[in-house]
Amino acid sequence: MIRTALGALLSHWRRRPGQLATLLIGLMLATALFSAVQAINTEARASYGRAAALFGGAPLDSLRAEGGVTLADYAALRRAGWRVSPVLEGDLRVTGQSLRLIGIDPLTAPALPSAIGAALTRAPTDILGTGAMAFTAPQTLATLEGAAGLPPLRAAEGIPPGRIIADIALAARLLGQPSGITRLVLAPEQPSNLPPIAEIAPGLTRETPEAGGDIARLTDSFHLNLTAFGLLSFAVGLFIVHGAIGLAFEQRRPMLRSLRALGVPLRSLIALLLAEIMTLALIAGALGVTLGYLVAGALLPDVAATLRGLYGAEVSGGLQFRPAWALGGLAVALGGAALASGSSLWRVAQMPLLSAAQPRAWARASGAALRRQALAGAALFALGLLASLALPSLTGGFALLAGLLIGAALILPMLLTAGLALGQSRAKAGLPQWLWADTRQQVPGLSLALMALLLALATTVGVGTMVSSFRLTFTGWLDQRLASELYVTARTEEEGAALRAFLAPRADAVLPIWSAPTRLNGRAAEVYGFADHPTYRDNWPILSGLPEMWDQVARGEAALVNEQLARRADLTLGQNLEILPGWSLPIAGIYSDYGNPEGQVMTSLTALAAQVPNLPRLRHGVRSNSPAALREALISDFGLPPDAITDQASIKAFSLGVFERTFTVTAALNVLTLGVAGFALLTAFLTLSSMRLPQLAPVWAQGITRRRLGQIELARSAALAGFTALLAIPLGLALAWVLLKVVNVAAFGWELPMFVFPLQWLLALGLAVLAALLAAWIPMRRLARTPPARFLQVFAHER
Amino acid sequence: MNVKAAFAALLLMAAQATAQGFAGLGTQAEGFAVPERGTPLTFPQDHQAHPDYRIEWWYITANLTGPDGTDYGVQWTLFRSATAPGTDEGWQNPQVWMGHAALTTPTAHHHAERLARGGTGQAGVAPAPFAAWIDTWQMLGTGPDMDSLALTAEGEGFAYALTLNAEPPLILQGEAGYSVKSRDGQASFYYSQPFYQAQGTLTLPEGEVPVTGTAWLDREWSSQPLSESQTGWDWVSLSLDDGRRIMGFALREEDAPAFHSGTVIEADGTATPLSPEEITLTPLAMAQTHGRSLPVEWQVTLPGHSIDVTIKAVNPEAWMDTTFPYWEGPVRISGSHTGRGYLEMTGY
Repeated sequence: MIRTALGALLSHWRRRPGQLATLLIGLMLATALFSAVQAINTEARASYGRAAALFGGAPLDSLRAEGGVTLADYAALRRAGWRVSPVLEGDLRVTGQSLRLIGIDPLTAPALPSAIGAALTRAPTDILGTGAMAFTAPQTLATLEGAAGLPPLRAAEGIPPGRIIADIALAARLLGQPSGITRLVLAPEQPSNLPPIAEIAPGLTRETPEAGGDIARLTDSFHLNLTAFGLLSFAVGLFIVHGAIGLAFEQRRPMLRSLRALGVPLRSLIALLLAEIMTLALIAGALGVTLGYLVAGALLPDVAATLRGLYGAEVSGGLQFRPAWALGGLAVALGGAALASGSSLWRVAQMPLLSAAQPRAWARASGAALRRQALAGAALFALGLLASLALPSLTGGFALLAGLLIGAALILPMLLTAGLALGQSRAKAGLPQWLWADTRQQVPGLSLALMALLLALATTVGVGTMVSSFRLTFTGWLDQRLASELYVTARTEEEGAALRAFLAPRADAVLPIWSAPTRLNGRAAEVYGFADHPTYRDNWPILSGLPEMWDQVARGEAALVNEQLARRADLTLGQNLEILPGWSLPIAGIYSDYGNPEGQVMTSLTALAAQVPNLPRLRHGVRSNSPAALREALISDFGLPPDAITDQASIKAFSLGVFERTFTVTAALNVLTLGVAGFALLTAFLTLSSMRLPQLAPVWAQGITRRRLGQIELARSAALAGFTALLAIPLGLALAWVLLKVVNVAAFGWELPMFVFPLQWLLALGLAVLAALLAAWIPMRRLARTPPARFLQVFAHER
Repeated sequence: MNVKAAFAALLLMAAQATAQGFAGLGTQAEGFAVPERGTPLTFPQDHQAHPDYRIEWWYITANLTGPDGTDYGVQWTLFRSATAPGTDEGWQNPQVWMGHAALTTPTAHHHAERLARGGTGQAGVAPAPFAAWIDTWQMLGTGPDMDSLALTAEGEGFAYALTLNAEPPLILQGEAGYSVKSRDGQASFYYSQPFYQAQGTLTLPEGEVPVTGTAWLDREWSSQPLSESQTGWDWVSLSLDDGRRIMGFALREEDAPAFHSGTVIEADGTATPLSPEEITLTPLAMAQTHGRSLPVEWQVTLPGHSIDVTIKAVNPEAWMDTTFPYWEGPVRISGSHTGRGYLEMTGY
């Protein structure tokens, strides 16, 4: 009996392969986008984890000293019994890219990256000593093909990109620090009863790495952004699935009734339906995860570039298949299918044994239900607002976004119905009256698809506004900030001094850009010294400042801070900030500093040099009327390597490149979401058209031609979509406002002015109408070609 | 992967262990100094490191007795191994140091290992007063010319602190300190102090044990002490109750009989080198330990000196599971003479 019942149930899909495809594709797309985002996030987090855990396992405590740890400190600690191991770190500039060189001592390291360990066992003289080989990630190795000044390199999995790991002897030679130690790593297990470190090496401070490290924390907001997008796509996809499943249940009502009447127990029937849905969900989920993997693989290089550009976080460009997100994707597909089919199954369970087949499969939304839904939408608005006040800014921002979007989607059907009712009340002639009423009657069936369209369009408008506003602000800011025509970096202090002497008669101004690292508000930050020069006074992108700001700063009596530091540490003008241990200055101004994840302080160069005597004096901005000639002179006459000189134009190009890539992913996800919404619209129209014959037949019988009917259908679709798009524009602007004023501030630490781009709205409107026309085209053609005999059959078979 | 295996490989130099003798001691000595016959040893300079030679060690073994007569053995060793000759300040220094410490009881064998690179002060050897150290382990000279030493080391489950004092002069092994190690003529510089009286405290998991006994220092440096066909050695240092000391070794050959050599040292310090025919070491009984079969009982015969003794491990489990693993432990002597000593077996 079960087999027969199952056969009967499945025959529905055989007869309607299009519906089956809708269900599968909808669920697949939803799962794909969601799992793609998860895959990207997982991969990125794995990279941060690898970066933080150089020695395997949890990141270890380190001992550091101002100006570096000495060999004597190291030997003293070892001889006192402390299990410490030296690490020497520094940056190598090779063929224009900056690489992090990490020297470790394999003899005392608490653990070794497995690739190094293995190589060490095979041929230790390859690994130990100044002539040894070093290790780097395969993709980094690929970029270093033929680069001069590097030791022999071997690719090793598990090393984060952009890093070179080598024996400390080799690192010391490459960095020119024969006895250098950046920090001492403490082994997780230490002997008992050791004398305190402070007694053995008083200058050392112990640092416990924060969970996940600075990078993971910085990038959290970025990943939250992606996750939010993934969830949005998933929600849009679920609209499709819900529609398809609901329709299939409605259409099978007579069959279910017959099966029940023939003696199939309700419980078996429900179990069969559930098994059917879960099997379909499993298939769609598996396909979706595969598709998601492909999408993630295509997007990951851009995400990696973004993370590197924005946060300096190195993420490998290669995607690994990780069971965690694959299983997660499947679970989400199953859960989504269960969610989408829940109400339908419930109705099957409640259905009276001999209930009549309903004349209109989709007519299930009464006015009261619409009002309830709208009320729920309003409640979500309120909830979102409340959440944005109560929760931490970023989570609150997303809660506000979610409330706004879903709330608006829920209210949409009521707005549409109300609008149509108004139109109907104004219509006098018969056909328009019928048109208004009939459209209103279609709203429940189309509402899910229209809601999906609303969400997708609002996102397009919102994200478009955000990106364009950001681009406008960013470009202007770059012009201000990059005032110097050339940026030159000396390799040594001596060369720096010679460079200044060389440039003095040749350039309009030489502006030192010297900085020292510090920690502010518990995070790494950089303090810059700058020479008082009109370049700064005229160009620096100040957001707010005291009137005498530049004079105060020039006298070394005040400092400027960047916006992200001011926001994170809640700094206001006039407040004192401890810039370096024991050195505080009042804040005289706040400047915008887009694209920089870290806090930054600017103060007088003389004041900084007095505080930090060994300030590296290497980088300089150069003002010149003929930068090209000066660059030439620097290379040929002074002998500076070309990659030590960067001109304004290439920095700008680079920065804009980073900027564009940052939003590549957003744009790609946006297009995909829009595609999903368009698909939802198409399926909804297809479904409706197949059931509309009973409504259209009487109109046809009154003399409206099939062709005319088709045109009316097409126009109606376009109008519905257009109306939805009109509603989507204010919603999108609200979305953009939240993104710019709440989410950006929380995620990146800067607020951006909002600009509006009406052309984008037109585009959204056009897209919506186009999608609706395309979606309605097939049903219209079908209608126009329906033989009159079938219209007549409606009257013959009237139920 | 641990560091130990890495160091093993360092010493084994490129995985040709069988062709290059145990622990790489048979590898070519390119760039390194090679011991030359007739070079006089001078002290205290030669107590210090010889960084132009590839390998070197400061090696102490002690046979100790507790208040209840229980036999204990103690080992303290500092090895030096260079990836290139010479020395340098800081990380460029090509020297690598390795320490081994062990405490053997009839029922337990505790041991530990430390690694360090040269040029940092983490490990090394210094003059006036003499000091050899790696991390917390120390061998400190408390008098002139290595006559008195203070020895400390600790590891998981054990620690010891001993003072050593010796009267007679240092013993130069082989021909005035030039010790031939193969028929091909490979050699090392080698001197010993076999006459230390030792006392101190052992710390075991069960508690502290005061001990007294004898100790033996071996100093050896070379760049290629084994020939490439030699696969390992069996080495004994015996303290006979009549006051005599015997050092003997058999270097096992791949396809030939073992190369034997040794020294008989009278109680007054008079040393007589033994030619390869004058000493034989014959395995008597095997034991299984750490998955290997090792001879833990030997017959040692010196016909010219009317010595024919059997030596038997106090604890057959004295396996040093270190970077390059080997067996090292105290032995009891019976037969024509009685006494105690140390046995070392490598390359099994």
